[in-house]
Formats: sequence, C-alpha cells, structure tokens
Amino acid sequence: MVGEEQWNSILDIAAASLLIVAALLTLAAAIGLLRFPDPLSRLHAATKPQILGLLLVVVAIALSARSATVLLLLIPVVVFQLLTAPISAHMVGRAGYRNGDFEPSALLVDELAADVDAARGSELPGGSWEDEVDGGSSNPRGAGS
Amino acid sequence: MTAVEQRARVTLRQQLPLLLALVILWMLLWGSITPLTIVTGVVVALGVTRAFYLPPVELSGRFNLFWFIVFVGRVLGEMAVASFQVALLAIGPRSRHESALVKVDLHTRSDFILTGTALAVSLVPGSIVVEVDRASTVLYVHTLSVHSPAQVEKARAHVLSLERSLLRAWGSREEWEAVRS
Repeated sequence: MVGEEQWNSILDIAAASLLIVAALLTLAAAIGLLRFPDPLSRLHAATKPQILGLLLVVVAIALSARSATVLLLLIPVVVFQLLTAPISAHMVGRAGYRNGDFEPSALLVDELAADVDAARGSELPGGSWEDEVDGGSSNPRGAGS
Repeated sequence: MTAVEQRARVTLRQQLPLLLALVILWMLLWGSITPLTIVTGVVVALGVTRAFYLPPVELSGRFNLFWFIVFVGRVLGEMAVASFQVALLAIGPRSRHESALVKVDLHTRSDFILTGTALAVSLVPGSIVVEVDRASTVLYVHTLSVHSPAQVEKARAHVLSLERSLLRAWGSREEWEAVRS
C-alpha cells in the first residue's frame, strides 16, 4: 500500500513534471512566433500550444494544492481560456487576412481569395468589406438603419 | 421598433440556461455556496443579462450527454496531440512551413452548431477559422503544414468530422439524420 507521505510526493512530482511540459510548450510557442513565415501561421504558434500549456499549469496547481476551493476557482479559468482564445485568434486572423498581412506564397491553396473576389461589390462573407474597397461610402447598412 | 419586438420575444425560459450558468460562475468565483451568494448571484445574473443584451440562442432541443462527453474528449485529445505537433513544427526546418486556406461548407444550418464547430476547430492546434459566412454556414479554415492537395482534402474532412460528432451530441434530429449515413 502507498502511504499518505508517499502519495503526497507522487502528486508533487506529477505536478512538477506537468509544469515543465507546460513551460516547454510555451517556449515552443515563442520560438514558433519568431520562425513561422507570416502572421496567419504565427497565430497558430501564439495561441495553440499556450492553451494546452495553461491547462497543464492549472492541472499542476490542482494536483499540488489538493483543495476543493482552489479546484472550484480553476474551473472558470479553464472554461474562459477555452472560450476566449479561439475568438481572439479568429479576430486577429481575420484582420490580418483582410489587411493583406500574409504571404500568399506560403499558402498552398487559398480558397477564400476566390470567394472574396466573387463577392467584391456585393455582400461579402461575414460582414462588410466595402469599407476597404471604397471607403465605406456605399455601406448599405449604414444608410438603412 | 423591431428592436423592441425582438427584446420582448426573449422569454425567461429561454434565458434560464444562461442565468443558471452565470449564478454558478458567481458562486465559483466566491468559492462558497451559501444563501447569500445564491441571492446575490441571481441579482447579478439578472442585472448582467439586462444590461448586456444578447440575442437568444436557438438550441436544437436534443442533447445526448454521452456523445457530448465523447466530443469533448476527442477535442481535448486532438488538442494535446496537435499542440506537440505545432511545437515540433516551430523548431523544425523552415521548408515545412507551408499552409492552406481551406473552404469548408458545413452541413448544418444552425448558428449554434456553426459556433461550436468553429470553436472546436480553433481549439485544435494547426487550424484557425479566418472567416465565417454565417448565411451559408461556410468556414474558411487556415491550416498549418499542408503540402499536397490530398492534405487539403484531409483538412476539410477533419472539420466536417468534427461537425459530425457535435451534431451527434447536440444537433437537431433532422440534421443528425442527414449526416448519419
């Protein structure tokens, strides 16, 4: 049987190794931020390994604190991270694409460009691109309501 | 006028899941379940939902807990594996840094499933939703490490299979039957 003392040290070692893995993931995210060719790819490095890294840190805290109140506080941390990280990534990615802040040569295929060209002048996916095409003067929604 | 009509249509019953979630969050933040935190939680939840008005979310009316747990487990598992893949890619040779913007036409017509699929796709490292066409439920997904047309199709099929497993857990009966085959 495993005694309580031993059990504690097992949990501490598990927490410590989770923290190391989380730190390595965050390091990889930083390296990716420097090395990926364009903003769209850099976003992947900036947002993704960091989510898992934070999850691992949270699990490590739960393992080392071993208290119900701490655990209850950690749940919203995880939930909000999972809910907000994709949204911020999407907003930055969308803005980056619309500003042309990406390298077309790094893309094998770009199936959005064709649709954007087709929709230019009419309604565009996800909102109004008219602002950039002709300064927003012909925005139908601005005049309607 | 239309804004007023839309406001009136949101019934308390439709808001109940949101209110409950807010009260639970309030109690989690306080770290205690006492009558005081419940009462203040309800007051704060009502205040927040009145002050920051959101359009009602149309749920599908069907929810399968087992398949939802399977879905969450799958997303978390893929996230763990793909996080390390992206990490390796970051420290690997530069010639591997090729990507693609893939257009995925989803089967569903529901905002709720569209949002859930987009969230899941964004959580799995290696793919980001760059643009959404809500009217025709099309996602434009930026995928890392794509080197051949076959891998483009693979990325597309992956998004569709995520949608499928979410539909299995939470989609309306008709939409799940439509993709079931």
